[in-house]
Amino acid sequence: MTGTGDALAARIARLNTAYAHAIDDDRLEDWPGFFTDDGLYRIVTRENHEAGLPLAIVHCDGAAMMRDRVRAMRTANIFEPHTYCHTVGAAEIVGKDGGVHTARTNFIVVRTMHSGAMSVFACGRYLDRIVERDGALKFAERVAVCDSRTVDTLLVVPL
Amino acid sequence: MSTAQLWPDDDVSRVPYRVYSDPDIHVREQERIFRGPTWNFLCLEAEIPNPGDYRTSVIGDAPIVVVRGRDGGINALVNRCAHKGALVCYKPRGTVSEFTCVYHNWTYDLDGSLTGVAFRRGVRGEGGMEAGFEPGAHGLQRLRAESRNGLVFATFSDEAPDLETYIGPAILAALDRVFVKPVRVLGYHSQLLPNNWKLYAENTKDSYHATLLHVFHNTFGIVRFTMGGGIRLSENGWHHLSFTERAADGSERGGAEAVRSLKEQYALEDPSLMEHRLELGDRITNSIQTIFPTLVVQQILNALAVRQLVPRGPEACELKWTVLGFEDDDESFEALRLKVNNLVGPAGYVSMEDGCIGGFIDAATRSAPEGRSFMRMGGTAIEPAGASRVTEAAVRGFWRAWRDCMAL
Ligand code: FES
Ligand SMILES: [Fe+2]
Repeated sequence: MTGTGDALAARIARLNTAYAHAIDDDRLEDWPGFFTDDGLYRIVTRENHEAGLPLAIVHCDGAAMMRDRVRAMRTANIFEPHTYCHTVGAAEIVGKDGGVHTARTNFIVVRTMHSGAMSVFACGRYLDRIVERDGALKFAERVAVCDSRTVDTLLVVPL
Repeated sequence: MSTAQLWPDDDVSRVPYRVYSDPDIHVREQERIFRGPTWNFLCLEAEIPNPGDYRTSVIGDAPIVVVRGRDGGINALVNRCAHKGALVCYKPRGTVSEFTCVYHNWTYDLDGSLTGVAFRRGVRGEGGMEAGFEPGAHGLQRLRAESRNGLVFATFSDEAPDLETYIGPAILAALDRVFVKPVRVLGYHSQLLPNNWKLYAENTKDSYHATLLHVFHNTFGIVRFTMGGGIRLSENGWHHLSFTERAADGSERGGAEAVRSLKEQYALEDPSLMEHRLELGDRITNSIQTIFPTLVVQQILNALAVRQLVPRGPEACELKWTVLGFEDDDESFEALRLKVNNLVGPAGYVSMEDGCIGGFIDAATRSAPEGRSFMRMGGTAIEPAGASRVTEAAVRGFWRAWRDCMAL
C-alpha cells in the first residue's frame, strides 16, 4: 500500500527532497539507491523530448550503470570542482498504473563553481515512475527534461 | 595586423596565444576563413527530406538557411532579408512553400529569388517602390552548396574547388566508410564552451591527449596500446583522420558470451555500453575525421555523430552534436546506440574533458598574448602517422590551414 492522497504526496515529497539533498551534499554513492535495481535514469533536453528523439545526455539503464557513473566521476573524469543546489517544486501526481505512480516535479539547479561563479545550470521537470520496494518508494524511472537545449561546458553530476 | 607582429616565423608548431582572444583576428577569420575558400558543414540531408523543408544553420557568424528546393536539390541561402537585413527564418526548422520576411512581407522563392514586395505599386497610386526596381537584383544571397554522404556543405567562395577536391581522397574515403547507408537523427546535443573555437578544433586533431586527458580510457580499459590504428591527413594537411583498430580476437561473439568477455575486458559493473557491433565492414573502434574549419565526424564504437563547431565571438564557442543511427536500425540496435552514447556528448565518459580543457587554456593564456605553445610531438612535420598516434601532426595541419587562409 503506497498510501493515497495527501499521505502519498507527502511520501513523494520526502523522496524528492532526500534525492536532491543526497546530490547537493555530494553523497553520490547514495544516488543509485533511490532507484530500483532495473531503474532507468535519463537526462534529456526538451528539444529532443518534444521532437520524440530518443537521445539522452545521460542514459543509465539500471542501478549498476548509475554506480559506474559515480565511480567514473570519482576516479576518472576531470572537471572543475563545483556544487549543485537543487530546488524542487511540489510533485504533481499524474496517475497510477498498477503499482506505479507517475509524477511530474519541476526542478531548478544552481551550480556554484570553485571560483565562486554561480549560474542556473539547469531547470526543467522530472518525469517519474515511482514504485514501492520493501516499504520504501523508489524510482523505476526518472527522466530529467531540461528546458535548455544547451549545456554550459559539461555535465558530470546527475541532476 | 602583419605577419611579422603576430607570427614572426613559419613555425606552425608554436602558436602565438594571441590568436585565442584577439577580436581583430576573430573579424578577420570571418572574412578569410568562413567567408573564404572553405567548405562549411551546415546540416544533414535527412533533416530536410521534402521540398520546402528548411533548417537554419551558420557559417561562422553568418546565419544560413538550408532548404530543399522543389526539384529536390539543396539551396543554401544567407538568412538575411534583402530589404533591411532582418532574419527571414527566425525559427530553427520548418516547412514552407516560400519564405516571407515578417518585417515588411517581402517574399522569396525556395531558391532565394525575390518574388514579392508588399505594396510595391503603393496604395491607390500613392507610394510604392521606386520606378526601375529590379526584383532580380534583390534576392537572398545564394551560396554554392554540395552534399556528400548526406552531409550538406556550402561555401561563400567562388575560388574554392569543388567539395570532393577540397576534402581530398584520403579523408573522403574515411567519410564514405562511415556513411554506408541512410542515417537517422537520434537527437541533438549542444555545449557552450568558454573558449575560442580554435581550441576545440585543435583538440579534435590532437590524438596525443586521448589516453592521457581521458583517464576513463585507461581506468576502464577502453583504448589499449596494443591496438592498431593511425593518422591520415589530406595532402595539404587541412583535414585529418585518426583511428583505432581492434585486433582480431573474436569480439563479435553475441549474447551472454559477449557480455562475459566485456566484463573481463572492462572494469565496469555494467559493461553493456561497451558492446560493439561491427557494422562498417572493419574492426575500427574509434574513427574521428575533421574537415577544416569546423566539422568533426565521429564513430566511437556504435556511437555515430557529426559535430559542428560554431564561434560565439572570440571568447566562446558552441559545439553542436547531431547524433546518428542508421535508418534500418532495429529496436535493439537503437537501444545499444543510446547506451554507448554515454561515452560522448556533454556528459560523455571520454568527451566531457574536451568541454573544459579549452577553458583551462583560455584562463592561463589570456595574460600572455605574446607567449607561444610548443607542439613538437613528432617534430614539425605535417604527415601521416602509424599506430602510436603520439604526434601533433594533425594539429600542425590545422594551423597550416588557418595560416593559408588568414595570410598571417
Ligand atoms: S526587412 Fe525583410 S521585408 Fe523589410
Ligand atoms: Fe578528447
